[in-house]
Amino acid sequence: MTTNPGPCAIVPTDNLKPEVLDRLEAIIAGRRATPGNLLPVLHEAQEIMGYVPAPMQAAIAAGLNLPGSDIFGTMSFYSMFAWKPRGKYIVRMCQSPPCHVNGAENMLQALQAELGLAVGQTTADGLFTLELSACLGICEVAPAMQINEVVHGNLTREKIGQIIADYRAGKAPDFRQLPYSTKDYRHYKHCPAEPVLMDNVGLIDPMEIQAYLDRGGYGALKKALTTMTPEAVVEEVKTSGLRGRGGAGFPAGLKWSFTRPLTVTPKYIVCNADEGEPGTIKDRYLMEGDPHKVLEGMAIAGYAVGASRGFIYCRGEYYLSQHRLQHAINQATAQGFLGEKLFGTDFSFNVEIRSGGGCYICGEETALIESVEGKRGYPRLKPPFPGVSGLWGRPTVVNNVETLSSVPAIINRGGAWYKSLGTPDTSGTKIYQVIGHVQTPQIVEAPVGLTLRELIDTYGGGLRPGRSFKMCQTGGASAGLVTAESLDVPMDFGSLAEAGGALGSGTMLVMDESTCVLDFLRAVAVFFAHESCGQCTPCREGTLRLLQTITRIYQGRGKMEDLAFLERLAATLQDASYCPLGQSAGVPLMSALKHFRPEIEAHIQEKKCRAGACQAHPS
Amino acid sequence: MPPSILTINGATHSFEAGQTILDVALGSGITVPTLCNYKDTTPTGACRVCVVEVEGARTLLPACATQAAPGMVVQTESPRVVEARKMVIELLLASGNHNCLVCEANGECELQSLAYRYQVTTPDFANPPDTPYYYEDDNHMLVRDFSKCVMCGRCVRACNEWQVNQAIAIGYRGAHNKIVARGDFPYVNSDCVFCGECLQACPVGAILDKHAIGQGRPWERRLVRTTCPYCGVGCQVDVHVKDGRMVKVTGADAIPNLGKLCAKGRFGWHFVDHPDRLKTPLIKENGAFREAGWDEALDLVASRLKDIRDKEGPEKIGGWCSARVTNEENYLMQKLMRAVIGTNHVDHCARL
Ligand SMILES: Cc1cc2nc3c(=O)[nH]c(=O)nc-3n(C[C@H](O)[C@H](O)[C@H](O)COP(=O)(O)O)c2cc1C
Ligand code: SF4
Ligand code: SF4
Ligand code: SF4
Ligand code: SF4
Ligand code: FES
Repeated sequence: MTTNPGPCAIVPTDNLKPEVLDRLEAIIAGRRATPGNLLPVLHEAQEIMGYVPAPMQAAIAAGLNLPGSDIFGTMSFYSMFAWKPRGKYIVRMCQSPPCHVNGAENMLQALQAELGLAVGQTTADGLFTLELSACLGICEVAPAMQINEVVHGNLTREKIGQIIADYRAGKAPDFRQLPYSTKDYRHYKHCPAEPVLMDNVGLIDPMEIQAYLDRGGYGALKKALTTMTPEAVVEEVKTSGLRGRGGAGFPAGLKWSFTRPLTVTPKYIVCNADEGEPGTIKDRYLMEGDPHKVLEGMAIAGYAVGASRGFIYCRGEYYLSQHRLQHAINQATAQGFLGEKLFGTDFSFNVEIRSGGGCYICGEETALIESVEGKRGYPRLKPPFPGVSGLWGRPTVVNNVETLSSVPAIINRGGAWYKSLGTPDTSGTKIYQVIGHVQTPQIVEAPVGLTLRELIDTYGGGLRPGRSFKMCQTGGASAGLVTAESLDVPMDFGSLAEAGGALGSGTMLVMDESTCVLDFLRAVAVFFAHESCGQCTPCREGTLRLLQTITRIYQGRGKMEDLAFLERLAATLQDASYCPLGQSAGVPLMSALKHFRPEIEAHIQEKKCRAGACQAHPS
Repeated sequence: MPPSILTINGATHSFEAGQTILDVALGSGITVPTLCNYKDTTPTGACRVCVVEVEGARTLLPACATQAAPGMVVQTESPRVVEARKMVIELLLASGNHNCLVCEANGECELQSLAYRYQVTTPDFANPPDTPYYYEDDNHMLVRDFSKCVMCGRCVRACNEWQVNQAIAIGYRGAHNKIVARGDFPYVNSDCVFCGECLQACPVGAILDKHAIGQGRPWERRLVRTTCPYCGVGCQVDVHVKDGRMVKVTGADAIPNLGKLCAKGRFGWHFVDHPDRLKTPLIKENGAFREAGWDEALDLVASRLKDIRDKEGPEKIGGWCSARVTNEENYLMQKLMRAVIGTNHVDHCARL
């Protein structure tokens, strides 16, 4: 990796074909009135030729009345946009920790051999372009890749050969026809407790609003609008104790109560469906399987805080989620569950989907807001918090998909009932995700407080035969590791934090003793170096140095001074970075040094991998 | 509203609403080092050089972008602060090719000053010098050397907020971040108008005045404050002079331009030493010019003008003056035309 992409782009001399220009102009005309229209226009424009060449960028700049350099400046921030020709099929191989510990590097080699390509190249026939990707949100089928809209998981060499052969033969699946992206939720092992979130998933047709209505859908919205004041809704959610499921665990009711009294209008609800935290796959099941529940939660939130407009910021790789959500929005609008004057009240609520472009940082709420405004996803300084000044400077409540999907049940059955579920620290139910070295990676909804041991043994099917537990990265890529002594900690926000981990998004990356801790750290470092937005120095430069130094040690070229440097670097990352991404980029490393220092030092002093996993120097 | 009070390094200071910690510190004579902060542009809080310790805050906070609040207790040079600053400086030094020996910015570089102040040497994890960095040298005015760029974003804010030329932006992501013009093109193929405001804003040697390269160190140059000769705005400029010759021009932070200049004022001064420059009047005889004295030339002009006025009438004469002379000279020119010649045909090149 270099720190600079090298020479400037070649200045194009070619012009757009008239038919391309016509389509582009239609796209621009259709979006001219959309606030923050640059990203939607870029997404649509890219479909014309598969990339957005410079003349197209210039036409967009002119059409949207934006500075020319802003078009490229913004699009080059997002992984999913290209400005040079690419193949018909974009093969995105995941390289994040969940896939990495399941052999993604070997699968990448197999892919490269199969396609005869290095990463970034396109086959001579123009069919395939091979790209590496950060976590695609499909970790239950790791190692995994995505080809255009379609997920291909549980990869083996043979399977890769077959998949590529099928595409070559013109047999590319249509994602819209698939029942789900990865796996059938019904086949998972379920928790005996009554589900609050997943009650419809797998049972109803997500493309049929009637199926949702038959299960009592939109009843909570009706109840809130016709029998409760907005303040009462906020109170009910406060009573429920619901804490945000996006990772930080901030009490949702409290967040709403800051925005409710503000007189500034308009206000906005943003549903955070960016789901980029490695190992996190839960929101996808809700959006694909029960999209109306998400919409209902958003509308109730809108009523509670006085917002009449909602945005769903859904990660760009979740094609099926976006498809189902858009269909649900259309149906709900047609039947009067979204739109103007709902249930005969004065409350109106409209929802629009915004697609991300392949950026983890855009899951951070202020970066997300910048992105919806059509800019680079640079986090903003807080305060002011979005609840006071968010989208276009207006009060904006940002909540995770799972958080919002919990709201209808809270309204239907009361905050006190919800509070009775879970633990005193974290009420309600949680969608846990168990991935990595377990026999049956899956998600499970359970009352908060499940232990890691139960999650692994009961729902993850236990470790693979003959393997023993080494460590678990809790809550996502930015959190610490826990070892066997924490297997019985109830997994809520407080207890896991105390154990040196984090509940985060509720994902648990389980690793057995065949995992080299440095190899794991390297995959984490690749992730952060790839996903740093680059706004601030410590994270932009520090994540790169973290990766370089860890790689050097992993390859047997480390020095003991490297560890002192890494510790200093991690401290500065935590103390001086602009946003939580940089602040947490060194946390897994520090945690690993706490638990596995001798193993790491052995790589330096003895050039030896105790796990026997490093290719550079097997034990 | 009465001023509020906060504490910096143990002493109390009063401040007004809207001031940042940096404003208060600087106003009280406490130097907090900065890098990305740039006069009168939106503070981004991005470089993290100015971080300070604020009691009760989980992390360090950027002084340039954090509002002062009543009762705040701030430390600007605590060990925790210094440790973070040093690492930030180390990371910046490592991010490029910072060998000051032949760098144009040597002696006036803000990164170099920071390294000196905190005694940070080039870290051994620095990039190998052969890391490919883009180097742009295809126009007559500016050189861009990305091996020195610290991604402070000052050039972008200068271009967008000061000059409103909107020619450059930050492109790419993370450590790939780079200043881009249009589709990451050279300036000549972009919307850049070569005002050079980005050059003036750059704290390091990443954007260079092409003609000044190798023409002398800052301490060898003398600054002469003067008025730009080009237009009626009257921008104040500092002419950098070495050994009696002009080396470069920078905008002076004075009324009316506050440091800003246009392409002509900043880069259009090479006529001063140009061999083609007129040094005596020339008279054309038989199709060729010959040098002449002022008396001879003025006598000739006066007699020819008189001839034409008497024979053809005054309306056959017009006076056309220059924007590069003073208002008083322009006034005299029109007076000459109207009162002496008797014509109303008076014009001025600034109408073009
Ligand atoms: C780097 C980073 C990435 C994040 N990614 C996500 C995400 O993908 N989805 C999400 O819901 N929250 C994410 N968050 C958390 C959001 O900033 C925000 O706290 C959350 O959306 C608030 O909703 P909640 O209170 O319902 O959890 C991320 C935060 C950070 C710092
Ligand atoms: S910490 Fe990283 S992700 Fe956050 S603002 Fe800084 S560079 Fe961007
Ligand atoms: S930019 Fe500054 S620190 Fe870098 S080489 Fe030039 S003078 Fe030295
Ligand atoms: S020279 Fe002027 S217009 Fe060109 S990039 Fe620099 S500031 Fe912008
Ligand atoms: S070119 Fe100069 S002003 Fe612009 S970002 Fe780089 S260092 Fe800063
Ligand atoms: S000067 Fe404050 S962060 Fe750069």
